Amino acid sequence: MGGFLEVKDSCTGCGICVKTCPVNALSVNEERKAVVSEDCTLCSICVDSCPFGALVVHHSFGGDPEKLAEYSGILVLCEMRDGHPDRSALELLGEARKLSGGEKTVTALMITSDPGETPRKLLHAGADRVIKAVHPSLEHFSTEPWNSILTRVITSEKPEIVLAAATTTGRDVMPRVSKTLDTGLTADCTELHIDPDSGMLMQTRPAFGGNIMATIVCDRTRPQMSTVRPGVMKPMIPDESRTGEVIDLQVTPEMVQSRSRVLEFIPTEGDEVDITEAEIVISGGRGMKDPSNYPMLHELAHLLGGTVGASRAAVDAGWIEYPRQVGQTGKTVQPKTYLAVGISGAVQHRVGMQSSDAIYAINKDPDANIFQFCTEGFVGDLFEVVPELIKEIKKRRG
Amino acid sequence: MKFVVAVKQVPDTAEVRIDPVRGTLIRDGVPSIMNPFDTYALEEALRWRDELGGTVTVITMGPPQAEDVLREAISMGADDAVLVSHRAFAGADTWATSHTLAAAVARMGEVDAVFFGKQAIDGDTAQTGPSVAASLDWPQITFVGKVRSLEEKTITVERYVETGTQVVQTDLPAVLTILKDANVPRVPSLRGKMKSRKAEIPVWGLEDLGLTEAETGLEGSPTKVVVTATPEARKGGEIHTGTPEELARRLADLLLGEGKEG
Repeated sequence: MGGFLEVKDSCTGCGICVKTCPVNALSVNEERKAVVSEDCTLCSICVDSCPFGALVVHHSFGGDPEKLAEYSGILVLCEMRDGHPDRSALELLGEARKLSGGEKTVTALMITSDPGETPRKLLHAGADRVIKAVHPSLEHFSTEPWNSILTRVITSEKPEIVLAAATTTGRDVMPRVSKTLDTGLTADCTELHIDPDSGMLMQTRPAFGGNIMATIVCDRTRPQMSTVRPGVMKPMIPDESRTGEVIDLQVTPEMVQSRSRVLEFIPTEGDEVDITEAEIVISGGRGMKDPSNYPMLHELAHLLGGTVGASRAAVDAGWIEYPRQVGQTGKTVQPKTYLAVGISGAVQHRVGMQSSDAIYAINKDPDANIFQFCTEGFVGDLFEVVPELIKEIKKRRG
Repeated sequence: MKFVVAVKQVPDTAEVRIDPVRGTLIRDGVPSIMNPFDTYALEEALRWRDELGGTVTVITMGPPQAEDVLREAISMGADDAVLVSHRAFAGADTWATSHTLAAAVARMGEVDAVFFGKQAIDGDTAQTGPSVAASLDWPQITFVGKVRSLEEKTITVERYVETGTQVVQTDLPAVLTILKDANVPRVPSLRGKMKSRKAEIPVWGLEDLGLTEAETGLEGSPTKVVVTATPEARKGGEIHTGTPEELARRLADLLLGEGKEG
């Protein structure tokens, strides 16, 4: 990525840009004009800071191998939830470790008002080092501060890969980072690997409602950035012997400046279900026929210590609530055991549960799609099999 | 006030089928529609225009036939439309698309807000809205489930996130991406349909936007698709038939981890 930073005539030599430049590439000359040195990385942070709109970044295109080689390591944006690393952060670090092949440094970036024990946990989960950006104003996600901090860290760290979760946070800020730094971003990836020949990150994602998988590269610019679908990658088993450097990023007032204000945060009511955390998921589909038939699935789930999921057909019909939906437009789950009850197994559903360790299916149609890819299939009427199953489990449990 | 709504013409993915032999998408005969999520963005802009006065301009980037979705938007109540179209724009990723769309929005002069749908159903990236905001250097609010108020200089919305609802206020101009929770889109009116048939829709190309081929379309895209494939299927295992009692016994073995042998 080449190009240059233009200083227009409207420059007054006020020097604000000199202070904001993270790489000290700007100075003011005797004629009271800003001057740009070769150190400029075109990060554009000064462009936002200039009150007179006198700074403009011009990019030229086409990859330069020498420039690409300046980037190394993997940066992972780690989100927090209730004072702990979000599960997505652990999944990303597990994936980053895998991609690093033991050679690339994995750096976790956390942005928060209160880091608590999280840095240590991120090291245990696979990070080699942690950068923490801590400021009282960073309690709730807000686009502009997150963008400023990310662009600043990426500009100074020069990672070759940046990973973030495809959550409402990652999908909000990462496209902004992509445009600010003029590099590529692939959305909602479900598979990543390094091409052994080119060393490039191969980013695979579902498109067309899950009907096709597209593999995407970012060949001319760095970093290569992906948002990764939560629930797909596997976290590593926490290793408490892992240690590493924890770096405090100095958060300046400019970095947390924002034109948006979070006025209030209303948490979802307590009994919210999280089907992505369950080890056993029992999902009902179109074959359930009526909402009054769900209690038997809940009873079965309760007996097994699992939770109830659903296909889109069941949610669209209003039989069960959306947070339980599994699939392309719902959640992705990878429990130890997935039991599909009266679900045909359309691709839309399959992409949300195919990483489960074991998939069992009950369906009265022997030609149902789900029998093509389940671990073991059961051809039968769910209204007979499920009650029998509940009876059988109760009998064995005494 | 002046509102802009960015829409996309997409194949109806519910109708997309896979060629079982070649493993490719069959797009022949698949109808093109306005991205369903964009109808909520359009409705939201129309509602606030109806309340506060002003205009709603619809914009799309695409081939000449993408004009159809612009006419559809006018029939729903949009005031006018712009088609951003040039052969150099083909093959754009989200970076190049947003670069181009932002140039078009900038050309419109004073705009108070640009509305996007949450994401398009073909690409499913949800990236273009935030990237346009970055290009314009405007604030953005994504995943908007409800617009609480819109005033001359600010907008206050509910943003739906994993753990709850953020109530966010931002300065205008801004970019918003709208969820389907926000409203119920209106249906085209007879008057709207008449208007849409007669509407003159300007086409803005490369030169109009002051862009070069190097920063648009495939050439300007930092990412490129190298492989497409149908999703890899897991191998199916044993399929059991029998009485409900027999099936239940085997299932109980599996679910209770009691039977590795079958």
